[in-house]
Amino acid sequence: MCRRRSPALTLPTVTDDLLLTARDLTKKFGDFTAVDSIDVEVRKGEAFGFLGPNGAGKSSTMRMIASVSPVTSGELRIFGLDPAVDGQQIRARIGNCPQKDLLDEELSVEENLWVYGRFFGLSRAEVRQRASELLEFAQLSERHADKVEHLSGGMKRRLVIARSLINNPELLLLDEPTTGLDPQARHVLWDRLFRLKRQGVTLIITTHYMDEAEQLCDRLVVMDKGRIAAEGSPRDLIDRYSTREVVEVRFDTDEHAPHAAPLEGIGERMEVLPDRILLYADNGDAATAAIAQRGIHPLSTLVRRSTLEDVFLHLTGRTLVD
Amino acid sequence: MSAPERLRALLAYHWVLFKRTIGGALVSRFLLPVLFLASMGLGVGNLVDSASGGVNGVPYLLYIVPGLVMVTAMNVAVGESTWPVMGFVKWNEFYRAMINAPQRVIDVLLAHWLMIAFNVLTSAGAFMVVAALFGGVRSWWSLAALPIAVLTGMAFSTPLFVVAAKATNDSIYSALFRLVVTPLMLFSGAFFPIDQLPIWMQPISWVTPLWHGIELGRAAFVGGPVPDLWLVHLGVLLAYVIGGAWVSARAIEDRLVT
Repeated sequence: MCRRRSPALTLPTVTDDLLLTARDLTKKFGDFTAVDSIDVEVRKGEAFGFLGPNGAGKSSTMRMIASVSPVTSGELRIFGLDPAVDGQQIRARIGNCPQKDLLDEELSVEENLWVYGRFFGLSRAEVRQRASELLEFAQLSERHADKVEHLSGGMKRRLVIARSLINNPELLLLDEPTTGLDPQARHVLWDRLFRLKRQGVTLIITTHYMDEAEQLCDRLVVMDKGRIAAEGSPRDLIDRYSTREVVEVRFDTDEHAPHAAPLEGIGERMEVLPDRILLYADNGDAATAAIAQRGIHPLSTLVRRSTLEDVFLHLTGRTLVD
Repeated sequence: MSAPERLRALLAYHWVLFKRTIGGALVSRFLLPVLFLASMGLGVGNLVDSASGGVNGVPYLLYIVPGLVMVTAMNVAVGESTWPVMGFVKWNEFYRAMINAPQRVIDVLLAHWLMIAFNVLTSAGAFMVVAALFGGVRSWWSLAALPIAVLTGMAFSTPLFVVAAKATNDSIYSALFRLVVTPLMLFSGAFFPIDQLPIWMQPISWVTPLWHGIELGRAAFVGGPVPDLWLVHLGVLLAYVIGGAWVSARAIEDRLVT
């Protein structure tokens, strides 16, 4: 046991506010490397994101952090503990909102909270007290006695988040919290997550929605093919890897590649997508004017500010959502 | 949390399920054995008893009740160890919810097996009450058949958990009922001694749990004598329970912890 703990000593000075450290963290499934030697640090009270497309290795990373999936190689410490040794202790202090809801749909909303709270060793009285507070928080109080199978997708997702808070976790893991939800349901969820953040809960979020990452995360890593492509705050990343504005140019055609050459030199950089051409420029209006000056008449031009989607596109040459 | 605390927490969940489903389950669990009790015990029983004075001198109704207790144990255990387990592993994956909390796979399985043992015990016990009303239970010794019924049920339960971990879908369960459960019910000595079977069929009884449970149960029902091979019967049942638990625990662990 002692020998297995000793690697913790080789990590850089672990300050009190460092809640998670990963070094060379790797996850392999047979020959396939899902997570390829990543380094991550998450501080207490932070909202930290893993942004990347499906298959980037986000969920595999999350499951290792949740201490339900063994690390293949590298080091991982959560609360300074090694999941291979102290998995149960770590899980007791974590709230886990997995990608799949893992609800018992035959049971009622509140029964799901009660039984789950018991899994953490809470007493009957404690889970009842906690469940009614959390149902209030998740705006599900009126549905407390309904069977889960009758809830909408957004309500189920809120219930899963409520459930993940039953043990008053210090760290909340949210794996694709809003995937599959309509915009209104997503905004309700984001609002709840903001409240948690204000209460000082540390959040780790995976998402392939750049707006979600921008809204929720103080700091994030962009993941692609198991590796970390970039790290920083959303603003940092946009400043570093993109221009202030983007002009989206569309032509009345099936194929946009042939239209690229005449636009060459406008703005700092260009990306050609199947359905549009993106011109990266600090001044979008000036770029639009330059297009017109060259006598080019696109179907439409749209000036918008840069997003994390542009960062991802620049770093990987691909879009986040296929 | 200590291991007993973890088990208690998991059993609290199974208890919620038990209360929810027991009403419907009781009907389906009793219907078949009670029909057998009525048709075979009373109908066939009259023929057997008047023609040959029962089986080895035992009235036919009394002969088949211990067999039907063990058949009930098998049916309940198999029913509880098939589709519901696949639900927890593959469909709602609720086992994962348990291990996302500070539970271990072995805690999850032990709790589930304890609950199934409880289900077997209550079903076998309730069947014995019904059988007593038919006049099929004559001695308090019969209660000794209950732990044997639990052991017999669990000899089917623990090995079956491996199927949920390995099978790609649930169609194998229908085959299991048709090709294993029903033939075993008919050919394990519940309704007639297996030495009436052709010699080549008898090994099927020897290597499967039900016949061993019925042999022990039948002796328990009348308070002895202890069967010559009681140690073998007990050994086979325990081997199924323990071996099955070992194989299944590994398979489920491999499936959930990846």
